[in-house]
Amino acid sequence: MKYIIAIIQPDRIDHVLEALTAREIHLVTVSTVLGRGRQKGISAVYRSHKEAGSLLKKAKLEIAVNEEFVKPTIDAILEAARTGNIGDGKIFVLDMAECIRIRTGETHGVAIG
Amino acid sequence: MNLGKKEDTVPINAGDTAWVLISSALVLLMTPALAFFYGGLVRKKNILSILMQCFMMIGLITIQWVFFGYSLAFGPDAGGVIGNFAWSFLKGVGASPNADYAATIPHLLFMAFQLMFAVITPALILGAFAERMKFASFCVFSLLWATLVYDPVAHWVWGVGGFLKNAGALDFAGGTVVHVNAGIAALVCALVLGKRQGFPAKISPPHNLPLAVLGAGLLWFGWFGFNAGSALAANEIAVNAFVVTHVAAAAGGLAWALLDWKFSSHPTMLGKITGAVAGLVAITPASGFVDPIGAVWIGVSVSVVCFFAVSFVKVKFGYDDSLDAFGVHGIGGIWGALMTGLFAQKSVNPAGADGLFYGNPALFLIQIKAVLVTIVYSLVVTFVILKAVQFVMGLKVSPEEERIGLDLTQHREAGYTVLD
Repeated sequence: MKYIIAIIQPDRIDHVLEALTAREIHLVTVSTVLGRGRQKGISAVYRSHKEAGSLLKKAKLEIAVNEEFVKPTIDAILEAARTGNIGDGKIFVLDMAECIRIRTGETHGVAIG
Repeated sequence: MNLGKKEDTVPINAGDTAWVLISSALVLLMTPALAFFYGGLVRKKNILSILMQCFMMIGLITIQWVFFGYSLAFGPDAGGVIGNFAWSFLKGVGASPNADYAATIPHLLFMAFQLMFAVITPALILGAFAERMKFASFCVFSLLWATLVYDPVAHWVWGVGGFLKNAGALDFAGGTVVHVNAGIAALVCALVLGKRQGFPAKISPPHNLPLAVLGAGLLWFGWFGFNAGSALAANEIAVNAFVVTHVAAAAGGLAWALLDWKFSSHPTMLGKITGAVAGLVAITPASGFVDPIGAVWIGVSVSVVCFFAVSFVKVKFGYDDSLDAFGVHGIGGIWGALMTGLFAQKSVNPAGADGLFYGNPALFLIQIKAVLVTIVYSLVVTFVILKAVQFVMGLKVSPEEERIGLDLTQHREAGYTVLD
């Protein structure tokens, strides 16, 4: 079991969700976050005073998957989130120790799907 | 029409009375409008403190005005500088018109219309000390300021026997009394209270610009009552004031957007509404005396002047006028009072005077005098009041309270929740 975290451009969320659905991956948590990488943001100007704009809006996807879905998940994100520009984001893959479905108490792989 | 309440009741004009009633309500709306205009520009943690301060002015100044403020400003003259206490608790202020101020509407209505001006003027100042003043100190300061600064200056310019009125200074709807007066007080406040922590580099941007735009739109709407209502009648002068008010606001907003485009590379929403408000401020003293083309020039020129004031002058001198109360109302008010001395025409209003551009340089000099007197008085007395309040109870919240925000520390409330 893996826990996959992807930080992507907010405007790519719909594409990524479609690509995941096409591969029968349904379990996703999405949040909007602030972050920074190597690229610079677009700085805002308020009454002629320029803001630094150091943090950028990003979308964070969290996806728990069984081993056979790890590669399809990564493929889906790579395919749908990539624009080729700086700031497309990152995918982090973590080992996951356990997963428990709260409604039934089921554990491990069967609880993910 | 005769109200028939007393035998000595003088007839009133129904149209005039209806218009001034509506105008009074419009001017009242400007204080909540200002609350949202300012409130959208502060950080999330301070939004309620701005709204609360504005609503507090409606409560506090209304009572002050009814008790003695109206009498000080408009009551029987004492030496050309202040009214006496004869009209305290609105004694004798009733259904009959007072011919000295407005011959066709009840005196009580004139009082109510002026009350709305007295409410918004101290509220304008709070833009300068936003996000850092103790609430209790704010209340005491504002009450003292209304009594010791607003009421006398209103008397000088508008009261029967007031020395600036007698000198022939023109201030149709409150350029000097409201905007120069509050704007200068704002600068003094910004200097005496000092900067917010992290100013200027580490202050977060406006937390809700749409709220500020809503406030600006409602200010614009209310300003029709402020200026056109100042004719105190439903007549040609009111119509002229209505039109020039709108034209100046439109021209001011347009000019600021263009300046933004040129100097900041993009036209901004905040710039657009700031320019519109600057236009409204500048046309205020002139609205009963200039024609629509004069209003275009006033609107465009005030945006240029205020743009440079907030973009460059504030940066150079480094004072933290948080929401540009001085930069827009002070500078814009001074500019508008001076422009009145250039663009005023007797053909617009026979009761006014011709300005410099219409062959009467004397008016321009009188306007300069009225502005200078107001600046000096507001500067000195505001400073003394602030120092006195500072000595007795302090002005600024503690650094920790400032960090947490005024909403929680001064009011035990939060403007926004995270969950639900």
